[in-house]
Amino acid sequence: MSVADIKVDEHLAHDDHGHEHHEQSFIQKYIFTEDHKTIGKQFLLLGIFWAIIGGGLSIIFRLQLGFPDMSLEWLRPILGGWITDAGKLDSEFYLALVTMHGTIMVFFVLTAGLSGTFSNFLIPLQIGARDMASGFMNMLSFWFFFLASAIMFVSLFLETGPAGGGWTIYPPLSALPQAIQGSGTGMTLWLVSMVFFIASQLLGGINYITTVINLRTEGMSFSRLPLTIWAFFITAVLGLLSFPVLFAAALLLVFDRSFGTSFYLSEIYINGEALPNVGGSPILFQHLFWFLGHPEVYIVILPALGITSEIISTNSRKPIFGYRAMIGSILAIAFLSFIVWAHHMFVTGMNPFLGSIFMFLTLIIAVPSAVKAFNYITTLWKGNIVFTPAMLFSIGLVSFFISGGLTGLFLGNSAVDITLHDTYFVVAHFHLVMGSAAFFGLLAGVYHWFPKMFGRMMDEKLGYIHFWFTFIGVYLVFFPLHYIGIAGFPRRYYSFTSFDAFSSFTDLNAFVSVAAILTFSAQFIFLFNFFYSMFKGRKAPLNPWKSNTLEWTTPRIVGHGNWPGAIPAVYRWPYDYSKPGAAEDFIPQHIPYSHTPESNLSHEADLAKGENVAPAPADENK
Amino acid sequence: MDKAADIPLIGKARVKSVHPKKFGMWLFIVSVLMLFAALTSAYMVKKAEGDWLIFEFPKLFMITSVIIVISSITMQLAYWNAKKNNLLGLRINLALTSVLAIAFVIGQWYSWEELVAQDVYWVGNVAGSFIYLFTGLHGLHLIGGIIFLSVVLVNAFKYKVHSKSMTQIEMCTTYWHFLGGLWLYLYLFLILNN
Repeated sequence: MSVADIKVDEHLAHDDHGHEHHEQSFIQKYIFTEDHKTIGKQFLLLGIFWAIIGGGLSIIFRLQLGFPDMSLEWLRPILGGWITDAGKLDSEFYLALVTMHGTIMVFFVLTAGLSGTFSNFLIPLQIGARDMASGFMNMLSFWFFFLASAIMFVSLFLETGPAGGGWTIYPPLSALPQAIQGSGTGMTLWLVSMVFFIASQLLGGINYITTVINLRTEGMSFSRLPLTIWAFFITAVLGLLSFPVLFAAALLLVFDRSFGTSFYLSEIYINGEALPNVGGSPILFQHLFWFLGHPEVYIVILPALGITSEIISTNSRKPIFGYRAMIGSILAIAFLSFIVWAHHMFVTGMNPFLGSIFMFLTLIIAVPSAVKAFNYITTLWKGNIVFTPAMLFSIGLVSFFISGGLTGLFLGNSAVDITLHDTYFVVAHFHLVMGSAAFFGLLAGVYHWFPKMFGRMMDEKLGYIHFWFTFIGVYLVFFPLHYIGIAGFPRRYYSFTSFDAFSSFTDLNAFVSVAAILTFSAQFIFLFNFFYSMFKGRKAPLNPWKSNTLEWTTPRIVGHGNWPGAIPAVYRWPYDYSKPGAAEDFIPQHIPYSHTPESNLSHEADLAKGENVAPAPADENK
Repeated sequence: MDKAADIPLIGKARVKSVHPKKFGMWLFIVSVLMLFAALTSAYMVKKAEGDWLIFEFPKLFMITSVIIVISSITMQLAYWNAKKNNLLGLRINLALTSVLAIAFVIGQWYSWEELVAQDVYWVGNVAGSFIYLFTGLHGLHLIGGIIFLSVVLVNAFKYKVHSKSMTQIEMCTTYWHFLGGLWLYLYLFLILNN
């Protein structure tokens, strides 16, 4: 038991720290910080920075798609040589824009910006821990992400442009610098950046899992964990299992690109010249990539779903419907996510029988997804709904998750996929179900936990305006894309006006572009609200949303160590809202059953007898 | 050794938990395992597609496999000695493990020369590239292990490894057994798939 002895010393020592006042230098406090709350905010700020860039890039290529005749001369000050002499967007740069938009949004905004922010910020606060298991690893995790960001940012300014082979970087296109400019230095930097990104995710993930398993406060059993924590926990497990596989895929690509091996390359003639590579398989890359790539979309959406569960329950003033079913569906989705990757590859010439197996497994995902959607709606049903901006964004998420998820049933069908593959239908599908839904989860989380992050409230009215513009805008952008996709328009094409077959729908494309510009502009309302409220917002009460979870028992400005005194113990699940008999419509997790005899159910009354706690003070403020 | 520790906090019984750093080490091992699982399944997928060079594996692999198994045994002996506060045995066994580890790396290097002698190169048929990839990546992880090992060795000489301070050597032992097991898995995998 020697280990336990040491551990106890560390812990008790750390417990004492809560009472002392640490003098930290500016650098220790805000830059190379080991405090999980500051690291979470660092992830959020860098994520916001990337979201502006990623969104901005999409606006540039939407201009090209919506208004092919428009002169883009006015963008020359920013894009320089990427605007051709005729005032058009360079066609290879268009590919680079699409690639970087995808990469930035999927990895830097919706993985690092979402998981990085909320796993770091919420896990210790909601499970009742002083900090993450390893503050140092946590700090490294952010700075690896920063390094990855810096490298990717630099690649945007290369003369040959950033990576241009699509965010999925399929070889041979991405492996041959002779093919397009974007497969040159830009691709190299992309790969280097992703290596650091993967390291960052693994360091973060190991920390999240260890913290959730080991550092829960007294009474915080797994069946009392808030659903946010369940989601972050499973997300971290997914990342831990899938990011090494992306690393393997990228590593082999690096060897093919720079060391002359032939893992992915075989018998290629380019510019009339035969390459020396023989015997590689580009399909092999797709298998490896999508073994990460599919869990990755759940890494993106699960934290958003967890955040939504928490916000919808709190603001419906009702317990979450089917708490255990919610956990079960998270686990089922996580499990299934590893055995469906080949549905991205139905048209690679795979055995149709194998295709039908992957189709079957893919369609099963509809079951746990529908369980989640059903439970959100039944939680809302007959609730005393409080429409905070966070609540609106959560409901928006549920809407996107359903409408985008339904088209997944079409795409998961290996026969239908032959027609729809690589069209705008796919673009519409994943932008709704994963992109916009996860983005709404991110925004909902920011609105909901802003008071805990910065001790101030965001402006509600601006939040409502932001929501309605974004919600309607997203549908105006992505709904028409379904039609364009069914009509057979392939994605990633620079221009549709060059072919007679595709010259229809120009007005719809222009409409989509206008909607995209509006939606993007609406995000600046949020940015203003965010930064203004950080300094000038109304001071937040301790528990502004009357929520049950532990983070609302901390002081308004949470200090180092999170709780100034002892860590509160937990006596009940986090969803005791509107409990019959209770004085108020919420009972926080740290209130023992013996303090609430009026609302206890019979088995809870038994539990109350076993609790060894001081009787409730008369003036206790629940 | 009871790995689970009941850690009192605020003077009350607390959630059962393992040591966070040791747990983190296990998670790291999981991620390395996934990396090699991905690569070995890539090997199978690629091999099934044909155009596959058949060649003889270096005989040295046999010897290096024996070396790494022995190093696992000495590592375990070092761990037991540390638990019994037998510092001499600890130091000797740790030093032996380090020597064997370096011998393993040198052996792998010479096995590459055997491959080259057979005209199997890093650049060429994928079957050859995969062998270099497996041994190289495993070697890199092993060199990481040697660095860890030398840290423990230095600490053993500074009287910092003993029955009351076992975390470090326990993590190192875990990782070392994993590296040995990983090599045996890779070797067995290669033999069975040739």
